[in-house]
Amino acid sequence: MAATDVTELIEPVVRTQGYWTGVFHRFRKDPVAVTCTAIILLLILAAIFAPYLDLADPYKSSMIKRLKPIGTDGFLLGTDEQGRDMFARLIYGGRLTLFIGLMPVVFAFVIGSCLGLVAGYAGGLVNTIIMRTIDVFFAFPSVLLAIAISGALGAGIFNSLVSLTIVFIPPIARVAESVTSSVRALDYIDAARASGGDALTIIRVHIIGNVLGPIFVYATSLTSVCMILAAGLSFLGIGVRPPEPEWGLMLNTLRTAIYVNPWVAALPGLMIFVTSLCLNLLSDGLRSAMNVKD
Amino acid sequence: MSRTDTQARTASAPADRGGPKQPLIIAQDLKKHFPVRSGLLNRQSATVHAVDGVSFEVRKGETLGIVGESGCGKSTTARLLIGLIELDQGHIIFDGEELGTDIQLKELRHGVQMVFQDSYASLNPRLTIEQSIAFGPAVQKLDDPKARARDLMQRVGLDPDRFAARYPHELSGGQRQRVNIARALAMSPRLVILDEAVSALDKSVEAQVLNLLSDLRKELGLTYVFISHDLNVVRFISDRVLVMYLGEVVEVGPVDAIYETQAHPYTASLFAAMPSMDPDNRTKEPPLAGDPPNPIDPPTGCRFHTRCRFAEDICSAAKPKLATIAGNPDHLAACHIQDARSGHSLATREAAE
Repeated sequence: MAATDVTELIEPVVRTQGYWTGVFHRFRKDPVAVTCTAIILLLILAAIFAPYLDLADPYKSSMIKRLKPIGTDGFLLGTDEQGRDMFARLIYGGRLTLFIGLMPVVFAFVIGSCLGLVAGYAGGLVNTIIMRTIDVFFAFPSVLLAIAISGALGAGIFNSLVSLTIVFIPPIARVAESVTSSVRALDYIDAARASGGDALTIIRVHIIGNVLGPIFVYATSLTSVCMILAAGLSFLGIGVRPPEPEWGLMLNTLRTAIYVNPWVAALPGLMIFVTSLCLNLLSDGLRSAMNVKD
Repeated sequence: MSRTDTQARTASAPADRGGPKQPLIIAQDLKKHFPVRSGLLNRQSATVHAVDGVSFEVRKGETLGIVGESGCGKSTTARLLIGLIELDQGHIIFDGEELGTDIQLKELRHGVQMVFQDSYASLNPRLTIEQSIAFGPAVQKLDDPKARARDLMQRVGLDPDRFAARYPHELSGGQRQRVNIARALAMSPRLVILDEAVSALDKSVEAQVLNLLSDLRKELGLTYVFISHDLNVVRFISDRVLVMYLGEVVEVGPVDAIYETQAHPYTASLFAAMPSMDPDNRTKEPPLAGDPPNPIDPPTGCRFHTRCRFAEDICSAAKPKLATIAGNPDHLAACHIQDARSGHSLATREAAE
């Protein structure tokens, strides 16, 4: 029979699993992504359960034990410029750093995606209003914007969260808008409209699944920037305040010790580097797992 | 018999309001002009006359083929018919009921569905075949969308057990286009618009899909609007053919009449461009030179006069009306040559003969 084609000769692939189960299965097969997820989870768990880990007191300083090198007896990773145990401070520091680094991006992801989706799907005047308003925020460098908003709101962790969220909404919204409008132009959206689906249903069924991946990947890449910005705010005294352990703040205070004990001084930076690298690789893995075409 | 069949029958019988003589869809003087914006203030600087006063009717149970060059407004007309883009002017009358006054867009979309050219872009890559087909019935709250989807997959020749859970990228172009046809049929439409639906397929697959379309039309009592640039395909599937040029209808008539004698010079050159089946009789020179004029600033009078070899003064001065040509009340053309009173030299001669 002429109608028989190749795929019909191959054994049928019986697939009963849902989309997310498939994503999980593909993600699991990616060793890099799994390792990175494990590291991130380890950092988060360590941060959450820090008080139960039998660590040294991260606030207890000692003038005579300042800047001990890595491996000093009793101080696994040495001490900082005030003689506080670095290992304990790094673990405790994860609490604030991860919170401040992740939460603004999470909030900005939710708000920015919504704005971008609406702008991209509606187009026309709605798009112009939303996107031109967002453009206003692009006029300021992100650091300056964060400082300005934090400064206006006053110091404190909550206000840093708000200011960082506002800083990250415009770039996420812009990515969301561009992805949405390109998906919006595809025929399957027209077909869905021709089926009589209303805007909300079409966005839910046909758009979100196709745009969330790229937006999510972009957002995860912003978490590292967010941690650095949060550190900057702390340094200026409008974010986290000493003696709270926070990687960015620690990096800033230890920078004076860079000639005395470079390895210890580099540790908070290493933590930020590892965390953001893992987040980026994780998001890459997630992106390929979410891509059903591979 | 399967359920869609009974559904289609029960759905079409009471819905057939106007009787067999009432055309299924009448397009009256459809106009769609797209603004071209430019400059600092995004002001409208020009207008693309994409569809400019197109009128036609599609009779119940027939296939109307629409042909014309790229950019002549075929696809825009299709999208206007199904309400994907808004009309600037004109009326759409579906089985005796006018869109906007008697029926709303949502009801029109029960009756009219569309199959797009790009089989891949018209399927959501993240939905399985079954989900894609079942989406329409689900949003229109038709009963048991999944069973419908599976039944239609069977009908278009895709084994539901094997294909239901697959994703579009796992299918070949022909299979995907079958899915698109099933998706359109899932709404139990009466009119299906096929916008270059087979143009992107291999010739052998194209033939399969065309046969499938013919079978489905008979089985489900469908009416098709078949848009294509492939005149052989149009001849195979259509009952009547409509020729468009630069957003206007230049000729319309029964397929045999048009393929035999083309009343409009544009139609004639279009048909002359058809590759001959006889290798000794090759088309050596293009029958029509140059590109069609810019639809932003269409020519006055007859839009074809800039490329027409019979063009005379009258052609750029007055717009010819679509009128029946001698011998066949079904065959209409918009050309001064066909109008004895137009003042065109050839027209008078023919009238005298």
